[in-house]
Amino acid sequence: MTIAAVQSSPTPAILPGSGGMRGALSDLFWRRPKFLLTLMLAPPLLWLGIVYIGSLFALLAQSFFSIDEFSGLINRQFTLKTYGDLFQAANLDIILRTVTMAALVTLASAIIAFPIAYYAARYARGRWKALFYLGVMLPLWSSYLVKIYAWKLILAKEGILTWLLAKLNLLWLLDGWLSLPIVGGNSLSVSFTGTFIVFVYVWLPFMILPVQAALERVPGNLVEASSDLGASPGQTFRNVLFPLALPGIVAGSIFTFSLTLGDYIIPQIIGTSRLFIGQAVYSQQGTAGNIPLAAAFTVVPIVIMGFYLWGAKRMGAFDAL
Amino acid sequence: MTSAVSFKKVSRHFGSVRAVDAVDLEIAPGEFFAMLGPSGSGKTTCLRLIAGFEQPTAGSISIFGERAEGVPPYRRNVNTVFQDYALFPHFNVLDNVAYGLMVKGVGKAERLKAAEEALSLVRLPDYGARRPGQLSGGQRQRVALARALVNQPKVLLLDEPLGALDLKLRENMQEELKSLQKALGITFIFVTHDQGEALSMADRVAVFNDGRIMQVGTPEDIYQRPNTRFVADFVGSSNVLPPDFVQRYSGQRRWGSLRPESIRIASASSGDGVAARLVGTNYLGATTRLALDAEGLRLHAVVPAGTALPAEGEAVVLTFNRDSLHLMDEPA
Repeated sequence: MTIAAVQSSPTPAILPGSGGMRGALSDLFWRRPKFLLTLMLAPPLLWLGIVYIGSLFALLAQSFFSIDEFSGLINRQFTLKTYGDLFQAANLDIILRTVTMAALVTLASAIIAFPIAYYAARYARGRWKALFYLGVMLPLWSSYLVKIYAWKLILAKEGILTWLLAKLNLLWLLDGWLSLPIVGGNSLSVSFTGTFIVFVYVWLPFMILPVQAALERVPGNLVEASSDLGASPGQTFRNVLFPLALPGIVAGSIFTFSLTLGDYIIPQIIGTSRLFIGQAVYSQQGTAGNIPLAAAFTVVPIVIMGFYLWGAKRMGAFDAL
Repeated sequence: MTSAVSFKKVSRHFGSVRAVDAVDLEIAPGEFFAMLGPSGSGKTTCLRLIAGFEQPTAGSISIFGERAEGVPPYRRNVNTVFQDYALFPHFNVLDNVAYGLMVKGVGKAERLKAAEEALSLVRLPDYGARRPGQLSGGQRQRVALARALVNQPKVLLLDEPLGALDLKLRENMQEELKSLQKALGITFIFVTHDQGEALSMADRVAVFNDGRIMQVGTPEDIYQRPNTRFVADFVGSSNVLPPDFVQRYSGQRRWGSLRPESIRIASASSGDGVAARLVGTNYLGATTRLALDAEGLRLHAVVPAGTALPAEGEAVVLTFNRDSLHLMDEPA
């Protein structure tokens, strides 16, 4: 068909509407895009606003009630008495222990995750990239509890780790470490070191993925430019890579930090008998029936995360976003 | 005299791909040197070999007489202006420019002063506090230039630095780069696929194709006396004439090249010359480009605007001076 034939053919310039309900709806959504947006956002916003945030606030409100110590009933009157209980030495101990653990787990995760994320973002292509995602995500597919019990066996006195160290004639190293105060214990599976190892193992993917995403967005030629301008690899890391990856590290640390703050299963299965915040919440709202104190405990991670994010923002962690 | 940059049988192969293949090259100190070629011809790889981002698989490279193989980029006193500028998004303009001095440990006051001076050299004073994201393409280009020049490199490498700019800005920057290079006396090595840019700015041009250098010479050499069909065609889209045709007009059986602007055109009745038919006309402003068909051979002629032209499809005769028919070395 020649061009002249196309131009003289009877096709109209404006096509008729497709008619019917669907056609009318499509036209309406096109004319009023905000209407479609509202329609799509309303259900999730209602869920988030009422069911999610609403119940969180209902829980937090509980922390301003108190428990009647004789009857065990909740006295629904505003009081700060529960917060007074929260700041008792034993409870402060729990908070300090949990926060220290969360900070160490976050730091270790960041240090381990960075090289892995860097490799994945810079060098891995095609099949290797798929393998990277598989390797990072695979542990998330299996049951959390099974993994933790598996770690209990690995870290036990009769476990594979002890056996391996014995074969390598490095048992003295393990014994030396276990004889240290606080971090040590009878075996790794009943020490804070064990708790730490398992926390790092379980939360590591949540650090690797955001750091990898952040590094992926750093153009490769910035690294070259830095090197071209005379920066050694260390200087390039400090001045270019790290600042540009920082939003990803902060995003990852929000996961590792808050997940460690709230977890109650890992320290119960692996570690000492000393409590973490999650365990305290669990026992206060369960066996002790002290919902107000449990609620007050849950406020702690929220406040800590608030300060953490505020500090990160002031450090300029989000400037490169 | 030692060359600023010297390549001796340098190759860079990526697997079976010969990005750069046995290249010999000498670039004199203070020269404005252009590497011209189509994409994938190896010119950018050559630049990256000088910068140190790539290492040669064979051959040796020296910069001002010093061996450069195995020397990392950060130990070479060579700076690069990247194609997309590669400015650090988390620093302001002044800190970007001062970066090279900062990593060398120059004190803050001193390096910021030097950076200010470099910014006024590229005519961007008072832009120091801005972020790269707040600048236009042309301004980023100047910042990238200042960031490289502040280090007083022995050689400045420019990787298609004007590619992303619009025509007007590009012409301005060409003039500025040239006068800057004259004033500073630094060796500039400039990669481009734009033959007009290479011819107008460079002291000498190397034409690349398939990882090899086809010809090195002054812009006039390259333009007037191309040694191969590729160079003739790539630089200024010359008419490449087959040996049979050339034999008829010069007596020698060799490939020839004839610049479009050397062809004159007259109506078929006006006498002898090459019989042809006018196939199409392209109005280009100052000139008009004519497509001609001479017994199956497609030729182009460029005539000044305002020349009286025959209608499309009409028979014409073409004439040209015997001297403007250049015979190439390439065997027939």
